[in-house]
Amino acid sequence: MRTPPGLTEQDFTRAVAEFQQAVGDEWVYIEDADLDLYRDAYSPLWGEEDEKIASAAIAPQSAEEVQAIMRIANAYKIPVYPVSTGRNLGYGGSAPVLSGSVVLDLKRMNRILEVNEANAYALVEPGVSYFELYKYIQERGLKLWIDCPDPGWGSVIGNALDHGCGYTTNPYRDHFEAHCGMEVVLANGDIVRTGMGALPNSQTWQQYRWGFGPWVDGLFGQSNFGVVTKMGIWLMPEPEAFRSGSVQVMKYDDIHQLVEITARMMNSGILNCGTGLQSPMSFALGQNPEMNERYLRANADDIVALDEFAAANDTPFWTSQFKFYGPPAIIDASWEYVKTQFAHVTDVRFVDQEYYRFPMTQEIIDNSQDENHLGIPSLSVFSLGARSNFNPTGSNGHLGFSPVIPMTGAAVLESQKVMGQVLRDMGASTVFNVFPQSYHQRTFTILLGFSVSRDVAENRKNREIFRELVRVAAEHGWGEYRTHTAFMDDCAAAYSFNDNALRRLHETLKDAIDPNGIISAGRYGIWPRHLREGRDRNA
Amino acid sequence: MRKANDAWNRALTIRGCLVLASFLTATHPVHAQDPGAGKVVFDDWCRPCHDVGPRKHPGTAALEVLYKGEKPAALEHRLDLTPELVSFYVRNGVSIMPFFRKTEIDDRELADLGAYLSPENLRKVAQ
Repeated sequence: MRTPPGLTEQDFTRAVAEFQQAVGDEWVYIEDADLDLYRDAYSPLWGEEDEKIASAAIAPQSAEEVQAIMRIANAYKIPVYPVSTGRNLGYGGSAPVLSGSVVLDLKRMNRILEVNEANAYALVEPGVSYFELYKYIQERGLKLWIDCPDPGWGSVIGNALDHGCGYTTNPYRDHFEAHCGMEVVLANGDIVRTGMGALPNSQTWQQYRWGFGPWVDGLFGQSNFGVVTKMGIWLMPEPEAFRSGSVQVMKYDDIHQLVEITARMMNSGILNCGTGLQSPMSFALGQNPEMNERYLRANADDIVALDEFAAANDTPFWTSQFKFYGPPAIIDASWEYVKTQFAHVTDVRFVDQEYYRFPMTQEIIDNSQDENHLGIPSLSVFSLGARSNFNPTGSNGHLGFSPVIPMTGAAVLESQKVMGQVLRDMGASTVFNVFPQSYHQRTFTILLGFSVSRDVAENRKNREIFRELVRVAAEHGWGEYRTHTAFMDDCAAAYSFNDNALRRLHETLKDAIDPNGIISAGRYGIWPRHLREGRDRNA
Repeated sequence: MRKANDAWNRALTIRGCLVLASFLTATHPVHAQDPGAGKVVFDDWCRPCHDVGPRKHPGTAALEVLYKGEKPAALEHRLDLTPELVSFYVRNGVSIMPFFRKTEIDDRELADLGAYLSPENLRKVAQ
């Protein structure tokens, strides 16, 4: 029998019996074969001594059962690690941060409690995936869209709590921003409703988020202060139409205007969703070592040569994608307005891309570029890293280094140079060729993917590179918006203003709200008092 | 590469047999497998990656590269999948496909899924 750290087998056996009493024998897993299913399939620590494994798993079906479990865990001081659907692959999956924790598997809590078409929201439990919410809405013919992240099997609640994001419009695409009202079970088994939910018989729990007094919802995202058992999420009324197009600029230095105008369009609401910057030149540069060197160096002479190279290839240096959702007359006018804002940029090109009216037929969905942009969950993102003609052996998963950088052309160019240099200095097998996406308002996020392997040496090397990227990015003022559990201490340590004042505040809160430190020890770098000494051992 | 893949698959099959042995000795009550219920499991858990057509279906796309036309890439077009092999991959994963917990696909559902993907059933469905 595996046992949690600090517990005797005798005590744990007694606690397991109490857990079984609380949820039923069938829903407490202690056999190795069952617990192996809670390993992180994409763990960069796979097969190493430090790999994070569970000592047991418990699958409650209701908030009341979660309360009972927390009371038992609190009495025995058993570390528990709640996961919602456990599908947060690339960010830790269903494995705990602290090895030996008991995983609280909330997948069975999969009730969709309400979907309200008139006020466009849903109230769900943590086990509800994007696929399930989408199916529920489709089966009832409701004129509502969900905003989904790349993998559709993720939890609506879990993704919002982890500050995940999607691809439709504001405010829905930033999933924590789109949530409204929570129910949370605390470490002592108490149950709290936030916002208007604190008002018994509230009529506006999912419509008005602030409630009365301090707004505490933020404490339960990217943290370990409670177990969220219900959450409201705002949904987008089905738009009439969608169109996308790209703005293409020809010269290296045009990036500054491209990003500046794009940001202005976004911040004034003309562009109401994310955008992605790309360089159509990246392939040609990759094929030409001399030009690639010039791109990396980018002094005045190099830029002249790069512009000539792009002109000779008749290829724009940069493009930015614009997407619009709404009535045809409005989205058509928005796109035309965007074009007028770029009209003064020499040789600018505009390319119309997709145009859809809703609802769509299955055939149109199948032929669309990316259904996630149309509010339809999928797993197509897993083609990255899967066996393919370009990657005939495939990988065993992925994880992402994802710093937030300013939404300026200068920051994009600087980050390209800085990250690229780290990869070269560290002897990485890949070149840096990713461009930023504006997953959130007002910023770009770089998402640099790493393959996960079953080869220990390869994973070790990638962990070193990852940590160096975190360190160097922090030197430039760029911090991660989210990370895999293996790097939470590293990323949290970078947020160190005033002798780690924010971490000290998090710890003060942790000690007050969870004095025995039983919930998700180490998550997002927040350790309970008795484990703080070792908190930097991974960083 | 082909040789390496073959060796890998053989190794998996051997491990699969061991896993099968443990399934057979497990104490689950005998359950008449229901291919219809198995189709629901397939729709919910497998279809997003393993539907027909490689575009947008990473599992089908990956198997197309692996088999190079020697076998159908879509699982529902295969006529050689045993319930044991299906169980093995669901509980062990392969490549980027993760393994699945019992709160997602329980043992009964797994048996139903095996029945749905069995050659006997898929032949019947094709008719």
